[in-house]
Formats: sequence, structure tokens, C-alpha cells
Amino acid sequence: MFSRLIPVRSPNMLPDRDIDKSPILECIGVGINFGGLAAVEDFNIAIGRTEISGLIGPNGAGKTTVFNLLTKVYQPTKGTILLDGKDTHGMTTAQVNRAGIARTFQNIRLFGNLTVEENVTVAMDAQMTYNTLSGILRLPKFWKEERVAHERAMELLGLFNMQDMAGVKASSLPYGAQRRLEIVRALATNPSLLLLDEPAAGMNPSETAELMENIRKIRDVFQIAVLLIEHDMSLVMNICEGIAVLNFGRIIAKGTPADIQSDPAVIEAYLGKRKEA
Amino acid sequence: MEFLSYLVTGISLGSIYAIIALGYTMVYGIAKMLNFAHGDVIMVGGYVAFYATSFATGSLLGEDPSDGAVLLATLGSVLLAMLVCTALGVVIEGLAYKPLRSAPSLAVLITAIGVSYFLQNAAQLIFGAAPKNFTPVVSGQLTLFGGQLRISYIALLTVATCLVIMAALTTFINKSKLGKAMRACSEDKGAAQLMGINVNGTISMTFAIGSALAAIAGVLLCSYSPLLQPTTGSMPGIKAFTAAVFGGIGSVPGAFLGGLLLGIIESLAQAYISTQLSNTIMFAVLIVVLLVKPAGLLGKYVPEKV
Amino acid sequence: MRQYLKSMKTVTKVDFATYLGVILAFIIVTVCQSMGLLNRSMTGMLVPICCYVCMAVSLNLTVGILGELSLGHAGFMSVGAFSGIVTAMSLQSAIPNDLVRMILALIVGAFFAAVVGFIVGIPVLRLRGDYLAIVTLAFGEIIKDLINCLLVGWDENGLHIALNLDGTKSMSSLGLTENGIEIIKGAQGATGNARIATFTVGFVLVMITLIVVLNLVRSRTGRAVMAIRDNRIAAESVGLNVTKYKLTAFVVSTALAGAAGALFGLNYSNVTAAQFDFNTSILVLVYVVLGGLGNIWGSVVAATVLYILPEALRQFSDYRMLVYAIVLILVMLATNNPTFKAIFSRLRRKDDLPDTAGKEAQ
Repeated sequence: MFSRLIPVRSPNMLPDRDIDKSPILECIGVGINFGGLAAVEDFNIAIGRTEISGLIGPNGAGKTTVFNLLTKVYQPTKGTILLDGKDTHGMTTAQVNRAGIARTFQNIRLFGNLTVEENVTVAMDAQMTYNTLSGILRLPKFWKEERVAHERAMELLGLFNMQDMAGVKASSLPYGAQRRLEIVRALATNPSLLLLDEPAAGMNPSETAELMENIRKIRDVFQIAVLLIEHDMSLVMNICEGIAVLNFGRIIAKGTPADIQSDPAVIEAYLGKRKEA
Repeated sequence: MEFLSYLVTGISLGSIYAIIALGYTMVYGIAKMLNFAHGDVIMVGGYVAFYATSFATGSLLGEDPSDGAVLLATLGSVLLAMLVCTALGVVIEGLAYKPLRSAPSLAVLITAIGVSYFLQNAAQLIFGAAPKNFTPVVSGQLTLFGGQLRISYIALLTVATCLVIMAALTTFINKSKLGKAMRACSEDKGAAQLMGINVNGTISMTFAIGSALAAIAGVLLCSYSPLLQPTTGSMPGIKAFTAAVFGGIGSVPGAFLGGLLLGIIESLAQAYISTQLSNTIMFAVLIVVLLVKPAGLLGKYVPEKV
Repeated sequence: MRQYLKSMKTVTKVDFATYLGVILAFIIVTVCQSMGLLNRSMTGMLVPICCYVCMAVSLNLTVGILGELSLGHAGFMSVGAFSGIVTAMSLQSAIPNDLVRMILALIVGAFFAAVVGFIVGIPVLRLRGDYLAIVTLAFGEIIKDLINCLLVGWDENGLHIALNLDGTKSMSSLGLTENGIEIIKGAQGATGNARIATFTVGFVLVMITLIVVLNLVRSRTGRAVMAIRDNRIAAESVGLNVTKYKLTAFVVSTALAGAAGALFGLNYSNVTAAQFDFNTSILVLVYVVLGGLGNIWGSVVAATVLYILPEALRQFSDYRMLVYAIVLILVMLATNNPTFKAIFSRLRRKDDLPDTAGKEAQ
């Protein structure tokens, strides 16, 4: 069984850093059927504790479905997902988040009527302890925890230079800022694994370059693992230490960016089969 | 035998609910709005038929008219009620709902409530608050099993009307061009518009059909329980709305099934459990059904895509 | 904390303005009343206005903040009204002080409404959209029907309660002693209540309702509830317990409706369950929508104005409800039609100019 558990091979720096520690995420034979159709099948992956890895593949390959399986939006029909060695079987989306997986969404899902700051503080809910009654009665605990939350939110927003937008309604932010806010919100839940679903979608090259820097910064500052879905190959090849390629719901290749770029199966999946002469 | 007669009552009552529920469900399916004024259109239909019939029997037909003339007068007044209600439905849609096409659904709901208040109070001013005694469109009853089972002709007529409407509507929606346009609009208004479908026209058409059905339901309802007053439509309206949700709102066969089941449940509960609690039992069944099938009996449950 | 006050946000200022407005209104009305400026019909409206303000604010918590359409809010008002009446009536000899009994009635009313809200909320909040709406409607009607069957009396042996489900029982089946009082008589409702509700109590209840709702909204609970409203899937993805928060908001909302009901019930000598039907729920919903979803001071103003409006329209006599309906439709069209809205926003932009300039200067 464990023979299938091949960690994503990563560039030279990774082994020194992560190899002696257990992976943060392990998927063993994970799969889901939608009405008889196997959307994802036999999905095996292991991600190191501070690794940035990528999940790529053509449209409809099942990449977002993998995210939905990891975050339990869908319950997998097959296989096991181990987060930090613990089986997430039977957990809800909220429980998985509190166990350490945070995510962003392909189609942005902010809390549009809340302010930017509230979008961040609401994600710290699991870290707060005062109850509804002390909130209504404004007990000292309320003031203390709200102040801490406010300060932390400002600090997190500061990462992306968004402090001055704190009081703005999230839905009125420009597109790029909305994408950044989704990442800040995910970080506010104190994750050990951050899932980014097409973070560079709709961004221009300079914004994408900034995003790359930010993703590295997040990994370095928070010492967490990042798994991202992305169609922008330059971004993926640049920052990912390990890459898995998905097609028709199955992993067709795993390895370093260099491995992937030369893998014939990957080229075929993206460009189609060369006609035999 | 007793059970059978309660069942027949339930089926005929359910047929009325089904006809009203069709109006709710069609409008919901296409305009995604709960037309709370629908019940009051029923009441207007009832009043128009009432006045038309009394005018006909009072001044058009002399004393002791022939059966044919009475039948013709009745048919005429039902037709007139349908015409008035159709016009009313289209006017309401055009004046109150069309300007709110892009507004939040709650705003449209409150407007519909406003229209409902308006119709009830206008009816009270025009027709008076005192209940009118509606003469059933047909009288008499069928006696079976040597008098053990009596079925009124109005019950038979109601069930027959409901079946005819159901068959006609299903054919219309599935086979005709307009029906296809209606289905397209209910799936995706934007795409329908791009395909050259007149979305506003289709929605008006839906309101017209729903209101014409409401007129028929009004006549049948008043024949069933003959007291006609400005609030006559509200409770049957709410129940029919419940029936539409019960069957799966937006689904035409669902409205039919929901209406029938609700009528039967109400009639049997009244007979065997408790008169006061018949509504409670009906609503309790609805709640249980929705908990098991959150989109109603025949409704499609569409989970949100992530 | 002082620092917090200094950097007080606009929302907090709006909250304080709401409290201040209600307090001022109370003072003005009380002064007018003592000077004899209010006629009988006006003073008679004071307590009901307080009730409907509380109802609207509490329903706004469900519809505006939680984002779930409830069509059965009057049902919880009804539970509060009748449990409050029972409390006040059965304690008449034990606690002669009206005010103490009134307060107890409010607490008991809120408690029972909260219990019913909890029971109703568990199944209801699993449903979505219009299905949730119809089930709240159904529960409202069920509560009405059940209270219509309720017989309650009190004597020195304690409370006597019977449920007249099959129509065979009457008050005599309670077996009250000679000194007993009949409190709730089925469909006839509660008759001969002690009218112990006062405008001051009503004002205090409005203030409590406002404090509870506003403080809840500006706490982690409110934030979570609004996040769930805006995007349930994202809310789950950041670890929020959706069911818990939805239920919390719903139960608080029903408890406040219960307290409002107790106040309402003890303001009249006769109260029937039929008064708290679907139409009452709709009436309160209209206040909430016209006041603005999620806008608490809007609910206060809308409930007050719209409760007075039909009375003010008395000069139209028979036409007043018709005029009310037309006003309702026109207001909805004016506030939601894109063409109208564009005109309004153009007007408003002119008004707003100095305000934005001020913000920039900061």
C-alpha cells in the first residue's frame, strides 16, 4: 500500500528542509464518482510541510474537484486523506479548515457586504473564545479579543499592503484586490496547508510577478505548505517545487518542473497526440 | 363507502388547489417570483362570474329559461371571468412586476403583497364586504351503490376540468413554440434573449395563462364553497402555494400532484382526525416532505457549484 | 477602550444615533402626553408601536442579517403573548406589583418563544430560499392552530392546561375550583387580561431589543452570520459552524419576538390566536423590507411610520387601505426600479458631495 505513496519529487533544496519530517498532506487512492462518472480517480499525492506545489492539467481535468475533496465540499467515495497524519474522514468543510486546510476559490467568494477587515476577522472565528452573550453584553473578553483580532487583521492585510482598504466593502474592491483578500482571509484561519485555486486568473504579467513574490513570502513567513491550481505555466514552473499533472481525473505525471516540461504524457495531454506520418 | 366519499371530496378540492398551484408554479418557474396576488386574482374571477351570471339570469334570460340558455350564460360568464382575469394578470405584471425584473426577489415579493392588499381592498370598495352567495355552476349529484355514495356533479366537473387543463398545459409547454420559449426563459433568461426569444412577452404570456386558470379556479372554488367575499382567495391561495412547493415549485406535474395530495390530506384529516387541526396536519405533512426531499416531491435539487 | 471610542467607526456612530433617536422620541412623546397634547387614539397606539418596532427589528435579524425569509414571525409573537398572559394572570395574587409581573411576563414570553424557535429552527434552517419561507409560514399557521385549541386556567392548585384537539373539551373540563381564573379559552383566546403593559415598559423593551440586535451584529456572532448570508460555502471554508450561528441568530430573533408578543398581549384585555396569523407576519415583513434589509434604524422608522400611516390616512376613510397598498407598491417601485434609482442616486450624489470632501480631508 505504501509503495504507492511516492512523495512529489522536489528540487534539491527541499529534501534538506522537509524530507525528515512527515508530509503535511497525504492522499492515498482518493476518488469520487458523480453518477457513475469517476471525476477523480486513484489520486495519490504527498506534500511537504513548507513545500509549494502545483496541480495542473487541461480544463475539466478535475483539479478543482480535488480541492473540493480535500476541503470536504464533496466527500470522497474512495481513498484516504491524511492531514498531518490524521485521517480527515467524516469531517465537514469547517472541521477540515480548523484542522489546517484553508483555500481560495476560482470564482471569487468573498463576503461581499462585509468590510475588508471583517472578511479577515470573521476567518479568525475559531480562534476566538467569547460567546454570543458576552458579545451582546460587551464583556471585557469581547473588547480584548476584538482588539487582538483587529491588530492581527491589520498585520495580515499589511502583507499585501491592504491596510488602507480595511474599511471598504469587499464587493467594491477591484478584482486584483479581491483575489488578494481571499488569500489573506484564508491565512487568517492559521492554516498549515493553503490551497490556491487559480490565483493568477485575470491578472496581467506584472500583477502575476507580484503574486509569485507574495506566495513565496507567505511560505517563508508562515512556514506553511501551498498547493496551487494554475494555468499560467510561467508562474507554476517558477515557484512550484513539485508538480502533479491531472488529466481525465487521473494523475498522469508527477515531478519537478523540469521533469514535467519534458514528460511526453504531459505534452500529449496539453497539445494532443502527434499524428503518425 | 364513507372513506370513498371523503376521498372524492379530497380529490375535487385537490383539483382546485392544483389549478391554482399551476398559476403559482408557472410564474415561479419563469419569473422566479412568488406571486402573492395570485389568490386575489381567483377572488376577482369569482366576482366577475358571479355578477355576469346574476346579470344573465336577472335581465337577459326571461323567466323560466331553457337549460341550453342557462348553460350558455354560465359558459359565457366563465369566459368573461377568464378574459377579465387574463387582462388583470397582464396589467399587474406590466405595471408592478416588470419594472422590478432586476430587483432583489424580496422587493418583488413585497410588491406582490402590495398588489394583493390592493386587490382585496379594491374588491371590498367595489363589491362590498358582505359575502355574496355564489350559485354553483352545476347542481345535482350522482348517486351510486344505491345511495351509499353521492358525488356532486360539481366535484366531477372540477376533476374533469383539472385533468383537461393539465393535459392541455403539458402539451402546450412541451410541444408548442411558445411553450418551448417558456421553458427556455425559465432555464436562462439571458441566453433565451440571445436566441431571439421575446423574454418580456413570454413572461406576460405566462401571467396571462396563470390568471386565466385562476379565473376557472375561482368559479370552481366558489361553486364548492359558495360564500364569496374579498378575502375568499387568500387561504386557498396560500394552500395552493403550499401545494406548489410540496410538489416542487417550478414543476407543472409537481403542482398537479401537490394539489391533489394536499386536497386529499385536508379532506381525510378533517373527516378522521380533527376539523380544527386539518391545516396543521396538512402543513405538518408539508414540513416532513420538505425535510426528506428539500426541493419538493418532483422538484430538482440543484446543489451550488463550487 | 478609550482609544477604541476615539477611532469609532461610522457604523458605531449610526448605532448610537439610533439609540439617541429612540430616547429622544420617548422623551418628546412622554412630555407631550403629560401636557395632554395626545388624544386617546394616539396614546392607544404607543404600546403597539413599541411591539411592532421590536418585531421589525427582531425579524430584520432573521431576514436582513441572516438572510433567510421568514413568513411566520407572528407565530413566535403569539407564543410570547400567550405565555406572557398566562404568567401575568396566574401570578396576579402572588405578585401584586404590575411592573414586576410585566417584566416576568416578558422574560417568560421570550423564553417560550426561544424554545419554540429552537425546535422550529433545527429543521427549518436546513432548507434554503423559498422552501425555508414556506416552512416558516407553515409553522406560523401550525402555532396559530395549536393555540386555538389551547385551554388554560389557574386556581390555587396551580395551572390547568388542556389541548382541545377534537373539539370535545371546554373550559369546564379543566376542573377549576371556584376561585380559579380562566386564562386562555381556545379559539376565543385570552379574555379579561390585566392590561399592565405601559409605554415606558415598551420603550425599555425597544431599547433592549436594539442593544441585543446591534451588539450581536457587531460581534463575532453577527459577523459570522452575515458571512454565512453572503457566501455559505466560503463561510464553511473559513471554519464557521454554519448551523450553530444560523440557529443562534434565529433563536435570538424569536426570543425578541416573544417578548414583543408578551408586551402586545398584556396591552389588550382580549387577545386571540387569529390576530397573529400570516397577515401579521407579512405586515412585519413589509416594515423590514421598507426599512431596508439589515438596516436596524430603518426598521424602527418604518415600523413606526407604517403603523401610524393607516391611522393618519383616516381622512380617506374607506380608501385608506387602498391608499396604503398603492403607497407600498410605489415605494417598492421607487426604491428598486433601475430608472428611479438612477434619478435618486443623482440627487443623492449632490447631497453627498460635502461629506466625501470631508472624508478626504481626514
